[in-house]
Amino acid sequence: MADPLLEVRGLRKRFGGLVATDDVDLDAGEGETLAVIGPNGAGKTTLIAQLSGDLRPDAGVIRFAGEDVTRLDAPARSARGLARSFQITSVFRDFPALDNVALAVQAHAGHSFRFWRPAGADRALREPARLVLEQVGLGMRADVVAGVLAHGEQRQLEIAMALATRPRLLLLDEPMAGMGAEESQQMIRLLGTLKRAHTIVLVEHDMDAVFALADRIAVMVYGRVIAVGSPETIRASAEVRRAYLGEAS
Amino acid sequence: MASRVRAVTAVAGAAALAAVPVVAAALQEPFYLDLVRRVMIFAIAAVSLDLILGYGGMVSFGHAAYLGIGAYAVAVPALHGVHSGWLQWPLAMGVSALAALVIGAISLRTSGVYFIMITLAFAQMLYYLGISIEAWGGDDGMRLARRSRFGGPVDLADPYVFYYVVLALLLAVLALGHRVIHARFGMVVRAARSNEARARAIGFSPFRYRLAAFVMAGAVCGLAGALLANQTEYVTPGFMHWTRSGDIMVMVILGGMGTFVGPVAGAVAFLLLENVLSAWTVHWQIILGPLLILVVLYARRGLWGAVSGGSLGRG
Repeated sequence: MADPLLEVRGLRKRFGGLVATDDVDLDAGEGETLAVIGPNGAGKTTLIAQLSGDLRPDAGVIRFAGEDVTRLDAPARSARGLARSFQITSVFRDFPALDNVALAVQAHAGHSFRFWRPAGADRALREPARLVLEQVGLGMRADVVAGVLAHGEQRQLEIAMALATRPRLLLLDEPMAGMGAEESQQMIRLLGTLKRAHTIVLVEHDMDAVFALADRIAVMVYGRVIAVGSPETIRASAEVRRAYLGEAS
Repeated sequence: MASRVRAVTAVAGAAALAAVPVVAAALQEPFYLDLVRRVMIFAIAAVSLDLILGYGGMVSFGHAAYLGIGAYAVAVPALHGVHSGWLQWPLAMGVSALAALVIGAISLRTSGVYFIMITLAFAQMLYYLGISIEAWGGDDGMRLARRSRFGGPVDLADPYVFYYVVLALLLAVLALGHRVIHARFGMVVRAARSNEARARAIGFSPFRYRLAAFVMAGAVCGLAGALLANQTEYVTPGFMHWTRSGDIMVMVILGGMGTFVGPVAGAVAFLLLENVLSAWTVHWQIILGPLLILVVLYARRGLWGAVSGGSLGRG
């Protein structure tokens, strides 16, 4: 069997007395959607931040596509095909939606020490950005300033920005957070189409979304991965029910 | 719509500046020529600061350092008998750029209040360096024996020629700045100000782009310093004093951060206020202070934003 696309070994992160990530091992195979679930404070976002390069782990190794990326910062990991979305919506609020995505395209189109041609008329940036916006269902909202988009639309925009970097792995931190039922359903449909073409690590509280999308599920409690398995195994596991699913339902 | 209003106002402003010498000559008031030229020189400095402050979110509180470096880059060669502007002005920009490279490379590793304090500290270091060099007049500074020489019809001793040279440079700086801000480079700098974590997540390392912007701003401000030396025909360490950095920053905020014409409007408003009010009282800043507070409270986009309407940071 080929090496997994993402390989995490012995990952550990401590904030003072709190062990946020406690000896975590995790794999995500090419094309797989791995959901990470767990109660609040389980360390899911801390895990994502270490995978994306926003946080340095205290110990452990992160290998991506066979390369040790543990010491690389976020831009360097983005260049290698890791893209993330944030739990708390993070877009360029004072730029139009299309500019947000065009920036993501630009970040992966060579260096940006280009001082003369207007980026706003640069088809090499605008065309791919427009396509991605249409793909996530924001085609009609391209010229709207991101800060005034509806919450659900901003979440879609985040996905679009991640996609525009042509990632090999999508790290999605609660893409459904704060969404209404209808918006959530729309997002689940969108992620359902993305998962056919992308490897995804998904942190999510919405159990409908998790069971609809995940090929495998990892359960985190107090910084530890207590179980990994297929959705059926996880649903059936007594330990998981006790630790998490029971209190959620 | 708003962009049309802005364009018309900007063109009208440029035309008004171009007409100043004609009017001043007709009124036989050469003083206005001198005043407006001084305004435009500070406008160039303010535009350069706005590039990093308004568009880049880098609150440099030491921008006058480059004003001083540029001025000394004219006066020191002149002291040794080298009067060619072809040498002095590129030297002013080059040395300023180099200083900005060093200052930026260190300061940009910090952010927030620390960045403000470090840029301030560097500028004050240069200020005290200027004071300590006796050969260059120390505290008193030195006279400029003659203005930079370019040969041909470009004779800065002629106040009208000098005026149009400054105007041309101001317009050139605005035009170049406009290109840079809307090019890929400017997009990165603005995006990093808007949301640094997001910029890093999509793959930008903001540091080197910020540093490049910092160096460009320093070089342009160095040019303003070279002009200022020619304007005053005198150079002192006072050009680099922190209050001078504050003046330039006030011009940017007063006129409108992150806008093109704003810093120019700010320089006009600031220096005209100084001129009018200081004739009336030496404590003219008692008026300026409340005005600045009003602008910050009620016109976040500054005077220019209030005039042209709309939110300019997007344009």
